[in-house]
Amino acid sequence: MSAPVMLGMPGPPPAPRGVGNLRGEESFPAAARHALADTQLRQNLGNATRTIRAKRAQVVAEVPDWEELREAGRQLKVHTMAHLPEYLAQLEHAVTAHGGVVHWARDAAEANAIVVGLVRAKGIDEVVKVKSMATQEIGLNEALEAAGIAALETDLAELIVQLGHDKPSHILVPAIHRNRAEIREIFLREMADVDPELTDEPAALAGAARKHLRRKFLSAKVAISGANFAVAESGTLAVVESEGNGRMCLTLPETLITIMGIEKLVPRWQDLEVFLQLLPRSSTGERMNPYTSMWTGVTPGDGPQEFHLILLDNGRTAVLADESGRDALNCIRCSACLNVCPVYERTGGHAYGSVYPGPIGAILSPQLTGIEDNASLPYASSLCGACYDVCPVKINIPEILVHLRAKHIETYAAEHRVPTAEASAMTAAAWLMSNPTRWKLALRGGRLGRILGRKRGVIGEVPLPLVKQWTDSRDLSRPPKQTFRDWWAKEHGTSTGPA
Amino acid sequence: MKIALFITCLADAMFPEVGQATVRVLERLGHRVEFPQQQTCCGQMHVNTGYQRQVLPLVERFAEVFEPYEAIVAPSGSCVGSVRHQHTMIAERFGAAGLVERVGAVAAKTYELSEFLVDVLNVTDVGAYFPHKVTYHPTCHSLRMLRVGDKPVRLLREVQGLELVELRDAEQCCGFGGTFAIKNSDTSTAMLGDKMRNVLGSGAEICTAGDSSCLMHIGGGLSRLRAGARTVHLAQILAATREAPLMLVGGQAAAGTTTGPEAGR
Repeated sequence: MSAPVMLGMPGPPPAPRGVGNLRGEESFPAAARHALADTQLRQNLGNATRTIRAKRAQVVAEVPDWEELREAGRQLKVHTMAHLPEYLAQLEHAVTAHGGVVHWARDAAEANAIVVGLVRAKGIDEVVKVKSMATQEIGLNEALEAAGIAALETDLAELIVQLGHDKPSHILVPAIHRNRAEIREIFLREMADVDPELTDEPAALAGAARKHLRRKFLSAKVAISGANFAVAESGTLAVVESEGNGRMCLTLPETLITIMGIEKLVPRWQDLEVFLQLLPRSSTGERMNPYTSMWTGVTPGDGPQEFHLILLDNGRTAVLADESGRDALNCIRCSACLNVCPVYERTGGHAYGSVYPGPIGAILSPQLTGIEDNASLPYASSLCGACYDVCPVKINIPEILVHLRAKHIETYAAEHRVPTAEASAMTAAAWLMSNPTRWKLALRGGRLGRILGRKRGVIGEVPLPLVKQWTDSRDLSRPPKQTFRDWWAKEHGTSTGPA
Repeated sequence: MKIALFITCLADAMFPEVGQATVRVLERLGHRVEFPQQQTCCGQMHVNTGYQRQVLPLVERFAEVFEPYEAIVAPSGSCVGSVRHQHTMIAERFGAAGLVERVGAVAAKTYELSEFLVDVLNVTDVGAYFPHKVTYHPTCHSLRMLRVGDKPVRLLREVQGLELVELRDAEQCCGFGGTFAIKNSDTSTAMLGDKMRNVLGSGAEICTAGDSSCLMHIGGGLSRLRAGARTVHLAQILAATREAPLMLVGGQAAAGTTTGPEAGR
């Protein structure tokens, strides 16, 4: 179970290609280039992340034992992952005992097929949905549409994204890239029953969405949700949300279908105490989220009378098999790492290609799909470490990014006979650096750069590969006449210091 | 105390004046500094770019070269961060038995300059003089890997003539990130743009920090724009005195009395 996966050995399968939303069409640098040019996006993201960062910082600072809470959250997650098979079996047993039906889905395609089958059996063509990352991941809405079933998103931001024929760009605030003027325009264009006099006041926009959704809540026969947590010992599922749309979906329809990644477990009911403190403060910057809905199987005469739980793998077992990367599964989807990330703040979420953007996406998506399908994501970070500082379960994101970079380099080297130019350069540099005499001579080669810098005292634009990537936007310092070690040898002789 | 200077490959090749300034500050405080000439590089660039196996000889070399000293001081938060956090990982994964303990012992006595001055030598006033308006950028690895906190600022507050002004969003990365600046140059430049805007907004003439790499990035951007502000390493400010002031000449900062490579540059 804990044996390291050797290269070339068949391991657990990654999330399959051709289904779901874990892979982008472009590499991160290419997608980021487009996003960075969108000035409206830059403004919207800058304002939104700045606001939410400040809110989070304030409510975290008022918790005296925040660090202990983080450590408790981390340990609970590490423990759960180490005993995942047992806890999953316990959950299945408990849900079944309370009248629910548990389905196991190896991947996105299986999960989608199960949902389509369940909805078709009801003979309906419309379902309501609670905001859920798992269903975004597997491309459920697309699969339902292909089967002639309309899926209505009921979270306000997801509704904005859906009506705008857009993709979510943030885990918690999927329409963070939109401002209220854009939202008004989308509503006027796409919402059949909207008041043509609609203003861009937030209350007016929310009111329009509320009216639009209310009729659907009352008529829907089937709801589809994700889950924030599942308690193994009791079989209880939990969804936390802000708008009450989740509560409507989870209680009004006759049938509820919940799709949950297998890593969302907590062993005991009391463990929720830790996560229900960590999550709202980290995500929305609230002391407590407005709605926490919990249900255990079915209760006669109260709420949905038919409950299906779909447990989704879709590459998670492959992540669990990597000792150095598996902590990515500990994520509770708070998105604090997105809000503090200087890269995310400037590029937005779409540049990451996957439904999981930002620092957590950069370590989760490549592991779920296999590194070769998201190879540019582990490099989409300056390793500044801001994400690690805010993570409520202390995932060492920079360390995993570095691990995945190594995994990418080694996977490539194992599969190709000719090394990349970068690999050759790195090997050469290591060779030079492993011997002081070679290194001393190599350093003197920097003097060639003095010629380039003789006019201004700095090196301006140089149209050579790699150098160009630097000098396009920054001058390069002119190398000195003498390296430090040459200066030292001249001043002190070569005998200083042990040989 | 037997102190060794860990120059870092970047300062060795590109910014020897930063190494000279580090030596000058420590000598002025009455310490003798040695420069073990067998040192090369900590290997951070390799590790962070994904070339971990190649780094083992560098990690072994670092431990071997610096083991004999009581303290190892470097003018870089980032390279010290690599020694403290990455060398053990490399030793664990690829090293021979016993290497983990050796690199751990050396890492425990390896300090970034401001840490060494404030925590080990217990000084904040190093007798420096630098009559300029300065803002301080806390580099990411100094801030979040080493947790140097306000140590650099405490040192700067004691510098005579220096007016310290606040940098907005100081804790945000400047966008350097090693090979990130090349591989994701557009995003890196966007981050740099905001950092420069805040440096210029502070009204400072000088942006200082404890890392030559980040300063090379911010300074390279400021220079390209002819922005009227420049970067100077913390060690150079601390090394400057009334008797031997730091002369800001052209695009470079040069120590007035040094016989080093920057004189007459």
